[in-house]
Parts: sequence; C-alpha cells; structure tokens
Amino acid sequence: MKLLEIAHSRAGDKGNISTLSLIPYEEKNYQLLCEKVSIEKVAAHLKNIANGKIERFELPHISSLLFVCHDALETGVTTSLALDSHGKTLSSALLEMEI
Amino acid sequence: MKQKIRIGSGAGFSGDRIEPALILAEKGELDYLVLECLAERTIALAQKEKLANPELGYDPLLEKRLIGLLPLLARKKIRLITNMGAANPIAAAKKVREMLVKAGLNLKIATVTGDDVLEKLDLNELSLEGNKAIKNYPEIISANAYLGHEGILEALQNEAQIIITGRVADPSLFLAPMIHEFGWDTQNFDLLGKGTVIGHLMECAGQITGGYFADPLKKPVPGMETLGHPFADIFPDGKAIISKVNGTGGVVNLQTVKEQLLYEVINPFQYLTPDVAADFTTVKLHDLQNDRVEIRDGTGNKRPETLKVSIGYLAYFKGEGEISYAGTGAFERAKLAEEIIVKRIGNQFSEFRTDLLGINSLHKSTFGQDTIPYEIRLRVAGKARSIEDAKLIGEEVEALYTNGPAAGGGVIKRASEIIGIVSVLMNRKKINTQVTYL
Repeated sequence: MKLLEIAHSRAGDKGNISTLSLIPYEEKNYQLLCEKVSIEKVAAHLKNIANGKIERFELPHISSLLFVCHDALETGVTTSLALDSHGKTLSSALLEMEI
Repeated sequence: MKQKIRIGSGAGFSGDRIEPALILAEKGELDYLVLECLAERTIALAQKEKLANPELGYDPLLEKRLIGLLPLLARKKIRLITNMGAANPIAAAKKVREMLVKAGLNLKIATVTGDDVLEKLDLNELSLEGNKAIKNYPEIISANAYLGHEGILEALQNEAQIIITGRVADPSLFLAPMIHEFGWDTQNFDLLGKGTVIGHLMECAGQITGGYFADPLKKPVPGMETLGHPFADIFPDGKAIISKVNGTGGVVNLQTVKEQLLYEVINPFQYLTPDVAADFTTVKLHDLQNDRVEIRDGTGNKRPETLKVSIGYLAYFKGEGEISYAGTGAFERAKLAEEIIVKRIGNQFSEFRTDLLGINSLHKSTFGQDTIPYEIRLRVAGKARSIEDAKLIGEEVEALYTNGPAAGGGVIKRASEIIGIVSVLMNRKKINTQVTYL
C-alpha cells in the first residue's frame, strides 16, 4: 500500500529545509503511521532529495507527523536552479512511499 | 472589551487573487482585514525599485488590490492591516491617501517602519545558512528585520484605520489586533502563543480554505474557481473559530486546518516570532461542521531576544531554455538534445543542470513509475556571472530548432537576475520601530 491511500501531506520551505506533514485521513491510522514511517524509511525513500538530517515530530493531539528535512532544497528557494525551487511538489514524493 | 473579534485574511501572497478580499469585506462582517503580501525575496526586489525611484518600492499590486476595498473599509468600518508597504511604506501610504482623496474618503493611515536595518548590519557577522561572513556575499541590496506586533498595536491604539507595514512577522499582523482588543499583557506568552497559532493558520489565506489542499482523487473541494478566503472569530481566552463566507467555494475542515498548522514549521514546540516562542504541539481542533473549525489551546514561551534579519544579495544571473519533443523516440531525441547542449556549453557555467520535464525534473526519480510519456520537454538552466552570459543558454536551446535533433518545438528562453536571501540574528535593542501617521 502506498502512503497516499491513507494519508495526505503538505510541503513547506524555510531556507534549505523542506517540511513535510503527514496526516492520516482517519485518525485511527495515526499509530500505524508512527510505526511504519520512521526517519530511516523516509531517508531511504527521499535519498535523492533530502541530503541532510531528517527530524520527525509527533503531534498526537492532531494525529499528525511532521518531517523536517535539512539540506533538501538544493541550497534553498532563492538560489536553487531547480524547476520547483520551493520543493512544493515534495509532498507527492513522500506519499509515493510503500508501507 | 469586546467578547469576540473577527479578522479576515484576504491575501496570502503578493500574487494572490483580488476578489476574495472584496467578498470578505462586503459579506464577512469583519472587524479587521489582513492582507499578507510580502515574500522573503519581495522586499529586496522592492528595495531596488525604491533606489531607482524613491516614490516606489511598495507592492506593485497596491492600487489594484485597494481600489475596490477602500470604500468598503469606510462603509463597514473595517480596519486594514497589510505589509504591502514592502520597502517603502511611506510612499505606499501617500499613494493610498491619494486614492482616498479621489474617492472622497478620509481614513486615518499609519505606517510602521524601522525594519530596514541595512545601515546597522555588522558585515563581519556570519549568515545562519552558509556560516559565511555577510561581507563575502556579493552586492548586498537589503536587510530587513522581522518586526513584531508593537508598531501595529501603537497604530491601532491611535485609531488608525489603515496600517501599512514593511517587514513584520506574518502572524504578528493578526496578533496585534487581538492584543489591542482584548488587552492581552504582552508578557503573557500563553495568550500570545495562542494568538500566534491563529495568525499562522490565517496568514496563507486560501491555503486553509481548501485551496492548496485540493486533489480531485483523494481530497475533492467544491467551487475551487470561487475559493473563499478565511476569517477567524477570536475570543478573549485565545480560542478561535475559523470559517469562510457562505456561498464561496472551498472547504474548512480538520484536514485543511492540520495541513496549514504544520506548514513551514521547522519545530512545532518552538515556533519563533518576534512576539513569542509559540508551542503548536498542544493545539486541539474540533470540527463544528459547515466549514467551521474550532482552534483551542496551544501555548507559548518567552519571546527571543534577537530578531531575524533577511539580507538580500545579488546571487547570480539565471539562464534558462526549454524545448519539447513528441511521439515515438521523443525520449531519445530529448536525450540527444541534452547531450548536445551539455557538450557545447555545459562547462561554461558555475552550476548547470538539465531536466526532462515529465521524467525527472521534480524528484530525480519516478519511484518506479517508468512509463515514457508521449511528450517530453527538455529544460536547461545555469548560473552565470552576467545577464549576457545567462542568455547563452536560451540561445543555444533555440538553435536546436535548425541544428537538430528532429522535430523539436515550443522553445522558450529566459534570463534573469537572481536575488538570494540569507539571514542573521540581531539584538532587538538595536531596532527601533517607528509609527508615522498621515
């Protein structure tokens, strides 16, 4: 199963950091996401994109996870040559992950 | 003291749509309207405009955004808070005064300045991003500190109806009226944290009403072409209900609010603004149905002693060119075109990249979905030291028309100056916020 079947995500940018939320459609799947979507799993999945440290924050009150991926925007939104310099499409990359 | 105020968010970035703010002002029964229009880099571009013409340097859409709004603000007694002053809030205020006179209206205008700290910058300081001394960045254009709620609060206390700022932290645009109306103690970081949560949720306008959220397969949203922007009903204890005007498109539900709550947050325990270190991790949401979501809790800790300063510098000149190929063999011809370009000019730029749009331009991977699309677009981009050098990329891509490979079409070429942004922290005591009335 792909993550996109049970969760949605939004990417944000701060300098050279990409933030990726991961939110289950049904709150009962929050624990499953906590178990299945580890930092290691995300690092392996985004190995071509996130070059630095990845942090994972758990937000149980809103049943959501937040991944903060450092060194993920090819120097950052203002100086990157990439087509999507904000990394706005990276939420779609995360949701392609198989769990 | 009021027991409830309503703040609308009519624009979430400089290029946002015009009419959602008009609808909010007309039908939203607002007390306040906030227009957030200043991206990180916008102010550096505006600073360059101001240097060329001292009467400019404010948001280029100022007139277009306000022309229809001003009579509504007057008639409905709505107070406007906007950062459309960009690099030149005073010039923006003069323009608005001129527009008011023309419309036969007389509203009190205030500007908030003091964010421009270019003169106060210590050039030996290291940037937070590159750990490199500021003086080693080429051609510094601007330096603007993120101000907090203070200037806006003073203007509100002095009964300004239109408040035009330069760089102010986005959530502070919303927090200032809460402090003003409810008399919150500015050392009560619990309340300031709650207010900052609300400001953060509101600042991107349509991103919380289903706009940036929508996906026809998994997250269908009705009425996208008439997407309504949000308003928040805020109560003296820091609770809020976020909603939108009846009859507008879009949706407000737990999913849209959660996506926005975590948007661009790098530490939900400590979301730093000039006003507070807000804690988002204790926020609780409750769906009240019919596009209404209640926001409760959230808190905050003592505000930072330093303010973030964004520094704009001339980073490089970007050259770009694109060309498309279609049908059987499109991939092979696009690859050949790529190879030709790389061989001819690939080593003439400090950084150079090629992408195949439809294949690898966004994520460098297709995560196993390896079908070749019917059409493929080659994109070439590079960093150059002059605009002339940058133009070479588009020229070389265009030359693929006659020099091949076969059947390449739809060339576009671009060359542009790129302003980079780095930041430093500055002690807040060095920064003087000024409020001017006119």
